[in-house]
Amino acid sequence: MDFVSISVNGTELAGPAEPRNLLVEFLRANGLTGTHVGCDTSQCGACNVLVDGKLIKSCTAFAVELQGRSVTTIEGVAVGGALHPIQRAFHDYHGLQCGFCTPGMIIAALALLQENTKPTEDEIRAFLAGSICRCTGYQNIVTAIQAAAEQMESGNV
Amino acid sequence: MTRHEPLDLKKAEISGGVATDRRHDSAHKHVTGEAVYIDDMAEPAGTLHAYLGLSTVAHGIIKSMDLGAVAAAPGVVAVLTHEDVPGTNDISPAGLDDEPIFAPDKVQFLGQPVFAVVAETREQARRACSLARIEYEDLPALIDIAEAGEDARLVTKPLTLQRGSVGPALQAAPRRISGRMRVGGQDHFYLEGQIAFAMPGEDQDVTVHSSTQHPSEVQHMVAHALGAPSHAVTVEVRRMGGGFGGKETQANLFAAVAAIAAKKTGRPVKIRPDRDDDMTATGKRHDFLIDYDVGFDEEGRILGVDFTYSARCGFSADLSGPVTDRALFHCDNTYYYPSVRAISRPLYTNTVSNTAFRGFGGPQGMLGAERIIDEVAFALGRDPLEIRKRNLYGETDRNVTPYHQTVEDSEAARVIEELEISAGYADRRREIAEFNERSPIVKRGIALTPVKFGISFTATHFNQAGALVHVYTDGSIHLNHGGTEMGQGLYVKVAQIVAEEFQVDIEQVKITATTTGKVPNTSATAASSGSDLNGMAAQNAARQIKDRLIDFATGQYEVPKEQIEFLPGRVRVGNQEIPFAELVRQAYMARIQLSAAGFYKTPKIHWNRDKGKGRPFYYFAYGAACSEVSVDTLTGEYVVERTDILHETGRSLNRAIDIGQIEGGFIQGMGWLTTEELVWDDKGRLRTHAPSTYKIPLASDRPKIFNVELADWGENREKTVHRSKAVGEPPFMLAMSVLHALSDAVASVAGHKICPRLDAPATPERVLMAVERLRAEG
Repeated sequence: MDFVSISVNGTELAGPAEPRNLLVEFLRANGLTGTHVGCDTSQCGACNVLVDGKLIKSCTAFAVELQGRSVTTIEGVAVGGALHPIQRAFHDYHGLQCGFCTPGMIIAALALLQENTKPTEDEIRAFLAGSICRCTGYQNIVTAIQAAAEQMESGNV
Repeated sequence: MTRHEPLDLKKAEISGGVATDRRHDSAHKHVTGEAVYIDDMAEPAGTLHAYLGLSTVAHGIIKSMDLGAVAAAPGVVAVLTHEDVPGTNDISPAGLDDEPIFAPDKVQFLGQPVFAVVAETREQARRACSLARIEYEDLPALIDIAEAGEDARLVTKPLTLQRGSVGPALQAAPRRISGRMRVGGQDHFYLEGQIAFAMPGEDQDVTVHSSTQHPSEVQHMVAHALGAPSHAVTVEVRRMGGGFGGKETQANLFAAVAAIAAKKTGRPVKIRPDRDDDMTATGKRHDFLIDYDVGFDEEGRILGVDFTYSARCGFSADLSGPVTDRALFHCDNTYYYPSVRAISRPLYTNTVSNTAFRGFGGPQGMLGAERIIDEVAFALGRDPLEIRKRNLYGETDRNVTPYHQTVEDSEAARVIEELEISAGYADRRREIAEFNERSPIVKRGIALTPVKFGISFTATHFNQAGALVHVYTDGSIHLNHGGTEMGQGLYVKVAQIVAEEFQVDIEQVKITATTTGKVPNTSATAASSGSDLNGMAAQNAARQIKDRLIDFATGQYEVPKEQIEFLPGRVRVGNQEIPFAELVRQAYMARIQLSAAGFYKTPKIHWNRDKGKGRPFYYFAYGAACSEVSVDTLTGEYVVERTDILHETGRSLNRAIDIGQIEGGFIQGMGWLTTEELVWDDKGRLRTHAPSTYKIPLASDRPKIFNVELADWGENREKTVHRSKAVGEPPFMLAMSVLHALSDAVASVAGHKICPRLDAPATPERVLMAVERLRAEG
């Protein structure tokens, strides 16, 4: 058993972890249950997080690999209780149904809009290839991301 | 709300009433990650984890089973087999005693649970499972229904629907075609897999948090397995991460195992299978073989049809009886058959027991109808849409279904006509023909297909619902009902209905988790019935309380009933207006009961299965879709260029939620008919048990242009809640337009003279094979 310390959402998250424990297991064991386990096989994106700003599936990384790194989970997206524009857009544009994929989708959208502030619809859809939603048909998810991009671009946050 | 908020006594309308685009009730919690699914619940100290040991052969006798190494593995607290089931080792929802929790002496499919391990951690339980040594004596296994003989075993009693004399009609018909269609199954792929968490209580009690669409059935199954009365078992579900029918009966197994383990160890037990095991060990949409024989005239009028619908049911009945029944109920879709016979063959196979999935056999049934339309059209060299329109149910005659229910609300013609115009069908049909003339390799195709879906459980007794409404003395309202929330927005719709009754803001209504302890003897949230049934039950509860408040106010203020009116946030009593909470407080002081149990049962419906006659459906939901595709005829690859949908949901309770159901249902249906292919090998092993090999639609797999409209004239002719219509399943079948557009594109390579007979799913391989067959024959 190793002792792991990771900066999660700006706070040190420290605790024991076996070498084989996945990042998603470590996060969830420490109460951050917004990151979900969907497929167990690194396909569905329900466990998306940012590591040093980069999008990864947290079931593809071992917790011990993340020692000293900085992780953003869905719990860290809203700042000071105010929803991030992407969260607000998913909320307002009905970009969710069962909600299980939603945290992963929002993290993916965050990663996309950090690298491309004005994505086209095709770029959004291509970027979401690693994130599965079984309920919405993606229509309102894409609409929400477009709306969030416009809002963030106009600085109307 | 708090009682200290300033009251607006002039408010014109409430927030979140009926017919508003209210967001999903948990939207805020979903976007912040705060919504609690069962795996997110804080685990009480001492929580154990269970994992299932699955069979490794499709059909075999268990010769020996050595679980010694399993029991000795690190962290293992208990190992459970059929001998550890204190009550009955059966979870057959049909009550046929054909579905053991743990296989006792014989396994009947590869992936059948044989034992379970209970350990301190999930990882320990999972690893210990792999240490089992089980020897099987292989028995012959039937995997594929195409290999089933005439006298093959059925899992449940088949159904025959018959009207007119089909034999003579077929013989007398000027034209006649027979054929066979193969329709694939589908995995639900709910994003949240199966899960249950059982907490042992005193006496025989146990509380189970189960990701289930049917808490009452889970309650009964757990009680049955424990040998306890139903009152000892409480089942609760706040939300599911998707259901789609996959949690109607399939949650029973996990809840039963968790409960048995919890009672045996005296500790809380959670069970969550890996996705691969979930896909291997739980049932799916039935795949079908549809044999048809259709007679028609030179004008394309269908004169008679003989259908046999054979389904791969798996090793037990589960819901295969009602699923195959519903397939027959939809063998007509929107078309009148002057004479018809339809027979179901619910076949036993050594595969996982197939189950409910959005549409519940209806989609497979309709594909049979649409295939014969294609056959007739291509045989006569006509546009399939012309044949569709020619065979629609009439308003006053030609309006009796194969099950002898009269279609009183036929809206198919109107929906088709409006969509034909708004989608520009005729012009595009011409443009596509021109395009195909010029384009030797890429071919385009277009199809407009209607949907008529029967609404009601075909088992009449399931068409009942209960609700529980409390009004507290501060005017806040507690709402509970038997329906479950799986993302479809049922909770918010029912809350809208209650807010509308009391004329209070929806924020004043607390939506609470579905539990067998508050509303008993509920039906599954299934058959698209959630809002129809639970909405009415909640409205009934609210109206009881409202009536008591009106009676109270009548006496207290000495005004006639007609002068009492619930206005937004207040109640007008004669000439004065009293805040809602104030009237409630006064009523409490006068000892008026402010709680009510509501109830609803669907009127008019009846069904005699032995005779194949009745009115199984209260009403029908209608829609139509027009899709255009382009196909690369060298590879079979294709793109959906455009889809236009017009769907009718009556007077919609919430247009935003309804449109979300239509978009999601269509894409899910498109996945079923195009990319989602289940493959079992000859050993009965499911080779597509993860999204790596089983292709679910992605964000990029959508029509490039996607227009979805609700019919603005919609109104249920029956007295449903606010005259709305069910919306969960019907849009799924709009995806038939994609399959038929592909068929149209393929047909173009042989001048639209040969029916492509495209089976589903129409993967690029199947499309390519159809193209090559037509090129060879044409």
